[in-house]
Amino acid sequence: MRQGFLYQNPSVLWFLAALGLFTVSVVMLSEVTGVAVVSTSFVKTLGKTLCLCLVAIAMDVVWGYCGILSLGHFAFFGIGGYAIGMWLMYARTEMIVLGSLEGQVIPPTPQEVSDAIGNQIFGVVGSSEFPLIWAFADSLFLQLLMVVLVPGLLALVFGWLAFRSRVTGVYLSILTQAMTLALSLYLFQNDSGLRGNNGLSGLQNIPGFEATSQAAISVVFFVASAVALGAGYVFFAWVVSGKMGSVIKGIRDNEARVRFLGYHVESYKLFVFTITAVVSGLAGALYYPQAGIINPGEIAPIASIYLAVWVAIGGRGRLYGAVIGAAFVSLLSSWFTGGGAPDIPLGFYTIQWTDWWLVLLGVSFVAVTLFFPKGIGGLFDYLVRKP
Amino acid sequence: MAMLLEVSGVSVSFDGFRAINNLSINFAEPELRAIIGPNGAGKTTFMDIVTGKTKPDEGTVIWGERNISLLGMSESQIAMEGIGRKFQKPTVFEAQTVRQNLALALHNPRGPFAVLTHRRTAKNAARIEAIADEIGLTGSLTRTAGELSHGQKQWLEIGMLLAQEPRLLLVDEPAAGMTVEEREKTTDILRRAAKTRAVVVVEHDMEFVRRLGCKVTVLHEGSVLAEGSLDHVTSNQTVIDVYLGRAHA
Ligand SMILES: Nc1ncnc2c1ncn2[C@@H]1O[C@H](COP(=O)(O)OP(=O)(O)O)[C@@H](O)[C@H]1O
Ligand SMILES: [Mg+2]
Repeated sequence: MRQGFLYQNPSVLWFLAALGLFTVSVVMLSEVTGVAVVSTSFVKTLGKTLCLCLVAIAMDVVWGYCGILSLGHFAFFGIGGYAIGMWLMYARTEMIVLGSLEGQVIPPTPQEVSDAIGNQIFGVVGSSEFPLIWAFADSLFLQLLMVVLVPGLLALVFGWLAFRSRVTGVYLSILTQAMTLALSLYLFQNDSGLRGNNGLSGLQNIPGFEATSQAAISVVFFVASAVALGAGYVFFAWVVSGKMGSVIKGIRDNEARVRFLGYHVESYKLFVFTITAVVSGLAGALYYPQAGIINPGEIAPIASIYLAVWVAIGGRGRLYGAVIGAAFVSLLSSWFTGGGAPDIPLGFYTIQWTDWWLVLLGVSFVAVTLFFPKGIGGLFDYLVRKP
Repeated sequence: MAMLLEVSGVSVSFDGFRAINNLSINFAEPELRAIIGPNGAGKTTFMDIVTGKTKPDEGTVIWGERNISLLGMSESQIAMEGIGRKFQKPTVFEAQTVRQNLALALHNPRGPFAVLTHRRTAKNAARIEAIADEIGLTGSLTRTAGELSHGQKQWLEIGMLLAQEPRLLLVDEPAAGMTVEEREKTTDILRRAAKTRAVVVVEHDMEFVRRLGCKVTVLHEGSVLAEGSLDHVTSNQTVIDVYLGRAHA
């Protein structure tokens, strides 16, 4: 760590304190302690929200700090989810298959076991063969490695091609949209090897913990998500402080100037693009076991656009802004679309929030962009006196 | 005297328009040189070529005692070879402090890893103080660059060039929009800088050029029209016709 990094960034400590307090409170009020004020399903919602906050700070670093409006970072999030989902599904199906084959007179050969697992997993897409990409699915360690490596390598190759050709601005945004669209369309196909539009399911059942209640599992994942968010926050706060932050913000504000100062701008963009992709993948790997299911619709282009909307509403260029935006908008969104908000009868027409929430979100986004470019996080500027 | 930069036979066209036409120009080290010429003469384009922003259609650009060609090198590589550039429009990082702007320019390793693990040192701090003193911004180190006056931004950008410790400084219209006192201060900074390195200044203002008191190259339609002392070139009839005549008309 650089000299006095935390000293110079007191907001990091404030954030960690708030996150710690929130986490402890939720755990105390959850079903595992018997208080049960916070239901297991709400613990999962909160845990998922923390993962969304983590991918939002990654988005803030790449966009708010480095000026690269990537509209594809949710693809990395989804890849992380798929990578962990493959192990969860494989290991659990294997357990079920072994259980059902138990007690047979002739012990099943490994081939028979493998065929039975394949049948279970790929039956829905009319296949029983294990595609090549499932080669490591039996190893938790290797799939965890995939959570990091696949988004990292994809970002590295994509970023290298795009930045090397000096693709910037709206063209880069379109290119990243195309990337996530292509990936999602590919995954929708039945022969993609990832069960097409069925996606991977049953991910909330953790192999080896069949006896553990969902209440306990949800709390473990919630705490893990909080720890990941805290660690991600400190890591990114460190990256965007000091000289690295200076170069990154310089690239955002005037790329050519940075270049003429002798910095190889493309390397920096690639660095930021790749580390944020890796963190997005990790966030996804924590999110989908809590969601229980992942399908190609999750990484549709709109998901990455939402990510940018959260960061804009929360206030880009400040990490806590991204956290506030992601938490506020995604929780509000599930309240509105989940039927939490009462319909508004106008006599001639009834406003149903399940339909009108998106309109409200769109209007809020435009309003924030036009009138409060600093977003919700900008309110903190009024609280903190300038030295 | 060995040449630091030799530009010879360089041409570049934009959509058929020859902005630079068989241009040859050399600079020694140390040297202070003024380049003058009417708008559109190709002064900025010349800097674009030397700094790697624009690739010429033909010609050579040779640098240093090892005689390496700058063509085909990237902007950042050329900058690391020791060529610093100030843009026509002042470009500093307005969201960052004066100190951060200077620190960014300081002659230190430029790779992402070196930057990520960079630590403040007393040596760097002393360098920043010295440069701030040179450009008269000592009292403004903690201010945000966006708050500076136009003239101060120009000096900050010159300070950033000095921090790079370049062997060649290309300075595009530093005096534009400056008051008379600010101009005087700017000429002082540039003359001091030129004691140890090559400094090339593009400027319109004749008073400014006169105060620089150096060799002058007149550019016109992408090539050198005249070269010599200010009095020498301003008495040249062609120069009077294309440039001075127009300016004083
Ligand atoms: N990127 C470009 N594309 C097209 N034309 C250009 C470009 N850059 C410069 N020019 C043209 O080249 C000529 C020289 O421009 P410039 O070097 O900026 O002149 P100066 O700096 O001497 O005023 C001008 O006519 C300008 O319009
Ligand atoms: Mg010009």
